[in-house]
Amino acid sequence: MNAPSTGVPEQAGVPDRAGVPERAEAPDQAGVPERLTALVQALRSHGIRIGTGETVDAGQALEALGLDDRERIREGLAAALLHGEGQRPVFDPVFDLYFPRGVGAPDLLDGSVSGSGPEREFDRDDLRDRLAAALAADDQALLARLAAEAVDALGGYGTRPGSGSGSGGSDGWSSHQTLSRLRPETLLARILAGIRQGTAEGEFTDRLTADEIRRRIENFRGQVGAEARRRVAERRGADVIARRAVATTADRVDFLVAGRAQLDELRRTVQPLARKLATRLAARRRRAARGHIDLRRTLRGSLSTGGIPMRPVLRRRRPARPDLVLLCDVSGSVAGFANFTMLLVQALHDQFSKVRVFAFVNRVDEVTDLIARGTADPEGLGSRIISGAAVTGYHGSSDYGTSLGEFAERYAEAVTPRSTVFVLGDARTNMSDPNLPALRTIASRARKLYWLNPENRAQWQTGDSAAGTYAEFVDMYECRNARQLSALIGRLLPI
Amino acid sequence: MERPGGLIRWHKQPLTRTTRAGSCAQTAQTRQTPQTPQTAQTAQTARPHKPEALLLFTSVDDVATRLAETGYLASTAVATTVFLADRLGKPLLVEGPAGVGKTELAKAVAEVADARLVRLQCYEGVDESRALYEWNHAKQLLRITAGRDESWDETRTDIFSEEFLLPRPLLTAIRGSDPKVLLIDETDKADVEVEGLLLEVLSDFQVTVPELGTITAETRPFTVLTSNASRELSEALRRRCLFLHIGFPDEELERRIVRLKVPGLDEELARSVVRVVGALRAMDLRKAPSVAETIDWARTLLALGAGSLDENVVRDSLGVVLKHQEDVLKAAAKLDLDAV
Repeated sequence: MNAPSTGVPEQAGVPDRAGVPERAEAPDQAGVPERLTALVQALRSHGIRIGTGETVDAGQALEALGLDDRERIREGLAAALLHGEGQRPVFDPVFDLYFPRGVGAPDLLDGSVSGSGPEREFDRDDLRDRLAAALAADDQALLARLAAEAVDALGGYGTRPGSGSGSGGSDGWSSHQTLSRLRPETLLARILAGIRQGTAEGEFTDRLTADEIRRRIENFRGQVGAEARRRVAERRGADVIARRAVATTADRVDFLVAGRAQLDELRRTVQPLARKLATRLAARRRRAARGHIDLRRTLRGSLSTGGIPMRPVLRRRRPARPDLVLLCDVSGSVAGFANFTMLLVQALHDQFSKVRVFAFVNRVDEVTDLIARGTADPEGLGSRIISGAAVTGYHGSSDYGTSLGEFAERYAEAVTPRSTVFVLGDARTNMSDPNLPALRTIASRARKLYWLNPENRAQWQTGDSAAGTYAEFVDMYECRNARQLSALIGRLLPI
Repeated sequence: MERPGGLIRWHKQPLTRTTRAGSCAQTAQTRQTPQTPQTAQTAQTARPHKPEALLLFTSVDDVATRLAETGYLASTAVATTVFLADRLGKPLLVEGPAGVGKTELAKAVAEVADARLVRLQCYEGVDESRALYEWNHAKQLLRITAGRDESWDETRTDIFSEEFLLPRPLLTAIRGSDPKVLLIDETDKADVEVEGLLLEVLSDFQVTVPELGTITAETRPFTVLTSNASRELSEALRRRCLFLHIGFPDEELERRIVRLKVPGLDEELARSVVRVVGALRAMDLRKAPSVAETIDWARTLLALGAGSLDENVVRDSLGVVLKHQEDVLKAAAKLDLDAV
């Protein structure tokens, strides 16, 4: 549960020779209140809103819990400071920096390794053996110790690389370097063989073992990342690392720069998000239903009271559900954004009478069926669209003008006065004709047309982007992350 | 026709001030008689409006052991947060997927504290008269007809006394000095307006009935709010609460839970069940199985008399764990169930 998010960019340990003070064992021996406020500051810099009241609560929590048990402090502070589970992936690494497991090299932490010293010959194979055993046994405490040891021995770089136990030898520690030297993922086969040897043949649960070991290795990679951050933070101060090296929450990551792990995490939020949006839509429908006064019927009713309108009659909404048409650019640059949005709209499909989804790169094809079937296997959606639908012509770069023209021509019947059209894409046309008339044709036929652009507004109309040109004719919204998307969808979707 | 609700209530307030104050003092006096000297003393300390918390637990370990005695195995996060909620006297907002024991937690705390569990089940359209209090109109009418000869002032003060008040869960939890656990279940189902109501109740633990005055809790009830996150609760409400997310338990804890809830189950089978459920959760399904499903499955296997898990048993009973057909198909494919 508290596994730190993996794949965190380890950009912290950039050697900085401009006179980092030599802080050996205790980086900042600040008091607990200072540490707490620094933690709160760091969390705020990641967009978690924490008021003074909550900080005071956290202080009281620390007082009540004491400082003996680190995991309890972690849970206690999380309870007082956080407001949602989505903030946890940010909180955990930041907490690890301000309330570190220990100070300095691992030998000093627990004193379990004897005979250590700068000249100690490091045995990588021995570490790998011990790691394999620990992974097989799923011994969390031992794994944490091994992660510390690995970072200490393999992760150091800079002017004095290698293990300088306790004296802060290296300029920095890199989790990437540690992992590429240790390569824990290659241990899988060995661990599996070891486990299979020990147990009887043909147990049903044997087939789960490989995945379990994979998860444990992934977990170990996270531990190495956390350990590297801790060591670097001792050199460069927790504040810097907390701001730079901790990934922000998935719903704030820009679609265009999101890594695979973050897109995976986003995909898992599709269903809950869809449920939330459905509730929001239902609330909007309810409010809209008791909206406008029907003047004709009010006046008609007022005849019985001598022309004085005593009882206002409200307009009844016809309970018709609107259509939705999605026109998505699925070319490489914006595919992550398009896939997420398609899945989200598909999850919302029961809110609409009809949802049709079209994908394009430089040709348009309907992918509604692919997506409806795709809910069972969302990971492969992108590749299935590329392979299963005719979205590219002679070349593979996106061409908005041609695609819009083709859509207006071939799928004219898809857009009716009851349908709302969403165009998703960055409007980078590779210098080809933006074909504004086609977009205007579609917009005039639809009830409403919105354009969601995953690029920063500042970059519109730069380079080969035709965003500004299009934005003159349609409502274009900046939609850089999942948070913005859900806000926009909740507001813009027709009811 | 006299309507006690709505605007009229507020018009009448200044008129009845003297009488109200009198009756209020009286009720306060009668309420204070059974009080122990200790609580009377605390009421005089610096913050007279803040009722004392119950202080049910002495330490985090105490929480864990005593909850375990009632059959609720708490993780570190749960035990720590419950302890803090008790210590800091703040309501506890519990979120998490369905079936991980959010409601059970409140019940277990009530059992440990030997407290009465007051439950407010939220639903779309729950309102003040369902959550807070309501005047018993029928009884008030009867009272008016019974006392025809009385003057208006007498009747008026009389029909707005506690006898005619129908307390709903929030008021019930605040009145009286016996310990209580207030469970506000599925808070996200209620409308936004109810949140505003909860804000007043949860921050000061007091309720204002215009005709009676302000009723403040003597002992602060241990409050648990649960939410399935079908709607984002307002930031204001979240700020007033300690936040606890109960996720799926780790393998070892879940095994203990299964062994506790299904005592007849073989240790080895329990281990297998938990491992398979863990694998299912990692599969990115539409509805990941939660603890309740694990227990159901363990019970099913026990009833089927299965000694160990094998392909046929898993395939036949997968419907107990997974609730969507597409999930069943996907899980079957990933577990190689058809490769017999």
